[in-house]
Amino acid sequence: MVVQQTWIMGRVAIVLVVEDDRAVREALQLSLRRQGHDVHVADSGEQGLAFLREQRPDLVLVDLMLPGIDGFETCRRIRAEGDLPIIVLTARSDDFDVVAGLEAGADDYVVKPVEPRVLDARIRAVLRRAASEQQTSDEHFGDLVVDRTALVVTKSGEPVPLTPTELKLLLELTRTPGRVLSRQQLLSAVWEHDYLGDSRLVDACVQRLRSKIEDDPASPRHVRTVRGFGYRFDRV
Amino acid sequence: MAGRRWSVGLRLRLVAAFAVVALGAVIATTGASYLSARNTILQGVQDRAMDTLRTQVSTFAATVPLPPTQRDLDAFQRRLSGYVAVFYRDLRSTGGPPTEELPAEFRAAVHDNDRVLFQRGLWSETAPFLMVGMTVRTQNTVGAVEPTGLEIYAQISLASSQSDISELAAWAWVTGAIALLVAVGIALLAARSVLRPVRELNLAARGLADGQFDTRLRVRGGDELAELAHTFNTSAATLQHNVGELRRMESDARRFVADVSHELRTPLTAMTAVIEILEQETDHMPPDSAVAARLVAGETRKLSRLVQDLMEISRFDAGRAGLELDEWDVATAVRDTIAARGWQDSVSVELPEGLVARVDRRRLDIVVANLVGNALRHGAPPVLVRLWREDDGVVIEVSDNGPGLPESVLPHVFDRFYKADSARARSEGSGLGLAIARENARLHGGSLTAGNHPGGGARFVLRLPEVLV
Repeated sequence: MVVQQTWIMGRVAIVLVVEDDRAVREALQLSLRRQGHDVHVADSGEQGLAFLREQRPDLVLVDLMLPGIDGFETCRRIRAEGDLPIIVLTARSDDFDVVAGLEAGADDYVVKPVEPRVLDARIRAVLRRAASEQQTSDEHFGDLVVDRTALVVTKSGEPVPLTPTELKLLLELTRTPGRVLSRQQLLSAVWEHDYLGDSRLVDACVQRLRSKIEDDPASPRHVRTVRGFGYRFDRV
Repeated sequence: MAGRRWSVGLRLRLVAAFAVVALGAVIATTGASYLSARNTILQGVQDRAMDTLRTQVSTFAATVPLPPTQRDLDAFQRRLSGYVAVFYRDLRSTGGPPTEELPAEFRAAVHDNDRVLFQRGLWSETAPFLMVGMTVRTQNTVGAVEPTGLEIYAQISLASSQSDISELAAWAWVTGAIALLVAVGIALLAARSVLRPVRELNLAARGLADGQFDTRLRVRGGDELAELAHTFNTSAATLQHNVGELRRMESDARRFVADVSHELRTPLTAMTAVIEILEQETDHMPPDSAVAARLVAGETRKLSRLVQDLMEISRFDAGRAGLELDEWDVATAVRDTIAARGWQDSVSVELPEGLVARVDRRRLDIVVANLVGNALRHGAPPVLVRLWREDDGVVIEVSDNGPGLPESVLPHVFDRFYKADSARARSEGSGLGLAIARENARLHGGSLTAGNHPGGGARFVLRLPEVLV
């Protein structure tokens, strides 16, 4: 049987699964490998973080309930290191857990027990980096500059470190400045959730984006909330 | 506020009873003393008048020759003080009260009697008087007393006595009124002292009714009310204990369900992750193994759905179900739900655009998917989804053309794991779908009801409040 491999920028995607339960860990490894990913596993947050010091995967799948340092803390530490995409695996779809996971820096979440095809679709969506676009010149929004060709964002001349998801969200918002985009539109465009999207993903990512590109994230000038409708990017 | 009315009513009744008793006592005592004082005053006036008249008559009667002439009568009359008339047979003195003012019966009584008689009369409404009449008797030669034929009538004004009596009456009224006021005051105080514990008891009972099972009353003194308060406290304590016990048992049971579901989830995650691999391999398996693999795959998915539904219902039970309200065009949301499950061809819709409501999109999807899924599974086509606006919100109706729900089933369709026919085979769903759908509707502040169309076919109606456009 031919296993179709997931190619990310010319190579197989490396996925790190951090999961303490042996059966789940092995099953996920088996399933993701069948989906064409290069899967590595860790049975604790500590081991996962240790792996990250050795190697850089393309994506981390983290269980929220872990012994030792839990999934939230693992997310925070990974996020502190850089823009590595994270999907959290939560045994409870309790609103608190999901929101806390997203706030800890997760790009997306799936609820156990998850269908392999759903998990695969989420992984591919997160891994699909924002595509370069034909753009003659940089776009200036006040002190914020978005280079759609090089996929680089600078603020007052300094590069802004954005995760792929945050970058995708910003590119989506800046495509039509002044126009309101609903959460559902953003979910489809950025997370590729075709229906039933959880708008908390958008809200959490908007919060993180604001903290990076706004002077005062509490009173944003670029990414504005339009109550009851969604978000709008203002040029200022 | 029935309780409030009741308390006022009791107070009114208490005060009224006190007032009636006080009024009776006041009337009895002041009335009696008024009457006796009045009699004493009038008796004094009478006695004085009669004494004076008798003395004067006995002094001057001997000077009157018998039979007297008109002049003799007038002279006699003038000697007597006061407003006096003297009669002798058909003669009468020129002075004194006119004859017509002296009633014939009175004169007849005086004539036939050897005593001094008196009668009260009125000159006018406000001028009472005393009428005194007597015959003059003399001893004849052998010592026998015989009437001389002389009759004397005097009228004495009682005006001054009357004013004394009126003053007395006024005082009686004043003291009566004061006594009544004092009685009402005491009644109010007494009512308050009785009603305060009653009011406290009422408040405490209402507290119990509102679920404040730690409500207790302060026991004061040792009267019947204190005993009642004590009984109340004992009852409340028992109730608190029992309710606490029941709640603890219920929450234990619910937590157990949540814990079990949670524990089942981890192995199910591992199984769900690999059943697809098993399914993909069935073509290369011996027939029996292939059947077994498909069976395991199918049942694993069902178990997975059941556990997810149990988790969901546990969240509602624990009050941990959050509502992510956002503004959505309801028609679009419903259309998306149907399209996402590939039901477009089997479901007819009447979904007017432009109805925007504040809903949790995920939860609305759960409800609509459940209702439509049920209609497709248990009802008969065509399944119709309609949306319209009502004053108090939006209404989504899902109906089918099947036989409808039996009357005996209607009250239970939203019960957990309710099976209309106990012998019926396990259905597709977890048995929790409608219960979850109803919880979701309630979480929105809306409702979900089941019924039948008059022409047959089940009809589920979801009502959501808060329409915006």
